[in-house]
Amino acid sequence: MDKITMAHGSGGKDMHELINSLMIKELDNGILRRRSDSAAFKTGAGEIAFTTDSYVVTPIIFPGGDIGSLAVHGTVNDLSVCGARPLYLSLALVIEEGLDRKVLERIVASIKNAAKKAGVQVIAGDTKVVGRGACDKIYINTSGIGRVFYRGLSVRSIRPQDAVIVSGGLGEHAVSVLSKREGINFGTEVLSDSAPLNGMIEKALKASRNIRFMRDPTRGGLATTLNEIAGGSGFGIALEEKDIPVSEGVRGACELLGFDPLYLACEGRALFITAPGDADKVLRALKSANFGRGARIIGKVTSGHKGKVYMRTNSGGLRLVDMLSGEQLPRIC
Amino acid sequence: MKYVDEFRNRRLIAKEASLIEAVVDRRWRFMEVCGTHTMSIFKFGLRQILPDDIELLSGPGCPVCVTPNSYLDKAIAIAGEKNVIVTTFGDMLRVPGSRSTLEIQKASGCDIRIVYSTTDALGIAEKNPAKEIVFLGVGFETTTPTVAQSIIMAKKAGIRNYSVLSAHKTMPEALESLADSGLNVDGFILPGHVSAITGIGPYRSLAGIHHKRCVVAGFEPLDILQSIAILVRQKPPKVEIQYKRIASAGGNRRARACIYRVFDKCDSVWRGIGNVADSGLKIKRAYSDFDAEARFRPKVSPPKENRSCRCGDVLKGLISPRECRLFAKACTPEHPVGACMVSGEGACAAYYRYGNRSLGVKV
Repeated sequence: MDKITMAHGSGGKDMHELINSLMIKELDNGILRRRSDSAAFKTGAGEIAFTTDSYVVTPIIFPGGDIGSLAVHGTVNDLSVCGARPLYLSLALVIEEGLDRKVLERIVASIKNAAKKAGVQVIAGDTKVVGRGACDKIYINTSGIGRVFYRGLSVRSIRPQDAVIVSGGLGEHAVSVLSKREGINFGTEVLSDSAPLNGMIEKALKASRNIRFMRDPTRGGLATTLNEIAGGSGFGIALEEKDIPVSEGVRGACELLGFDPLYLACEGRALFITAPGDADKVLRALKSANFGRGARIIGKVTSGHKGKVYMRTNSGGLRLVDMLSGEQLPRIC
Repeated sequence: MKYVDEFRNRRLIAKEASLIEAVVDRRWRFMEVCGTHTMSIFKFGLRQILPDDIELLSGPGCPVCVTPNSYLDKAIAIAGEKNVIVTTFGDMLRVPGSRSTLEIQKASGCDIRIVYSTTDALGIAEKNPAKEIVFLGVGFETTTPTVAQSIIMAKKAGIRNYSVLSAHKTMPEALESLADSGLNVDGFILPGHVSAITGIGPYRSLAGIHHKRCVVAGFEPLDILQSIAILVRQKPPKVEIQYKRIASAGGNRRARACIYRVFDKCDSVWRGIGNVADSGLKIKRAYSDFDAEARFRPKVSPPKENRSCRCGDVLKGLISPRECRLFAKACTPEHPVGACMVSGEGACAAYYRYGNRSLGVKV
């Protein structure tokens, strides 16, 4: 009998296969079919973006953030990369019996703080408590709505020679969380990159009318997000390894654990595909914004190698960058 | 990153490649024994940097890949026992046994946990005195000393609920057996970290009797290119060390003493290669309390192999992964048939992930 395994939630191929063959197939409609980070639809008052996300991170408090701030940032970012200005969030908590009230207070304070910084309000909520063992301390779901102010973002508008820009160093969130998991403890100073990106993204969108597409590389990392973009656009994407920002702390952790930073989750980074002539403008706008100081142009769209992502390595070789398959598992030697 | 970037320097690598190009006047076949070498060669795109006349074959040096179905079947049987926590290095999770994988058993409710070291497994044992903690001991000379040490520590500390299911293997005997079977290569790129423990003594017969050129190689791009440069110049065949910053001719005596304090040599079955005399390690009688095999006596039906799977021929260097009928069709990293597709160090996984003909990547 087939079972759902952790790989089905890792953001890679197994998850895509599950979503396509079950959820999208069964619940099919025109908006869902676009598979966008947020669903955009027209109302009498203009175009609205709507999204939802559940947060099940363990540990719930990690260097640089906690499950509360993460639940705000993630949903704010999913709206922002679709060209929407986030307005309102809902908040649903599933709490395990026995959780310290102090911990819950800290998480709610963190939600309040993050919402204030992102300029959004929590306007609806739900609280459930389940028996010990029925969930792991606390799970949070947030849904968000925003007003679309930048139209035309689509993988189909991507053209060869477009520039690929990432707003900062890869994998800091994943390494920060991993470093605190039971059984993996290793010393690192890496802080999660979890952050609200709406301000930074608005600056970039103001700087250029020729941003074709944006995404936040969360689960599955940069490699998986770029593969989705390459697949959707029908063009190739060529990366330069030397230009991809990865901090020393993340590189060290990856060397130690056998991970590839291209596949590690970020929670405060965005990926931009822009017309080549506007790349420098967008880069300058990002660098002038909070959370965008580490932005870099990391590659370009190519007419060859359709649907594939590939990379010129630091050593001068060339390699394919495939989508994540399965979980990235720690190696033996 | 210091001490890493220097070995990935594009200019130095190009220089080393041109030194190789200058000497090479015929076709050369070398086997990179270790899975980490295979991955490094692909990850850094070294095949495009090397001259066309250098052919590289992947060898049997990926511990997950050579672990036979029968071992997985036993691990799965033990994981199904009451009050057992199985601890394992992560890349064992998706390796197919005869009928299931540890990943599927985990989803079905077995308590199977990924650890990064035996210390973590011992920690779990101390925290859960009412449970039996079984560590899946898989790996070569590099990892075996740490497993041996965990058994010594458990005995000293009186931790009674910890045991190891050993499938540990030793590399020199396997290479000797491949050479005996007439493996058609000019030389071996020997595993750097295994050799740091064994020293070069056990490989001397590869050069002396089988006339294979040998070099103990590091894992960074520059290490691998330098090692190939050493091999094409070597005359007569001998065992040289490129990876001098880690490995020495005598190896690590203390680590070896630790291994043989806890383990005895035994015959061992390698996936695809079959039984290789004296290439395995079993827990000594003095430590039998820590031997999961003795403690649980797992009962399993005879192992089933997928007859179309050619992992064995890949591990023996007889075919390249692309020559297997299942490759990238029935066998993918999401639905692996053979272990070489699962492991991060497996040859098939490397070909699948990094090798794409349309990029002009030579595979």
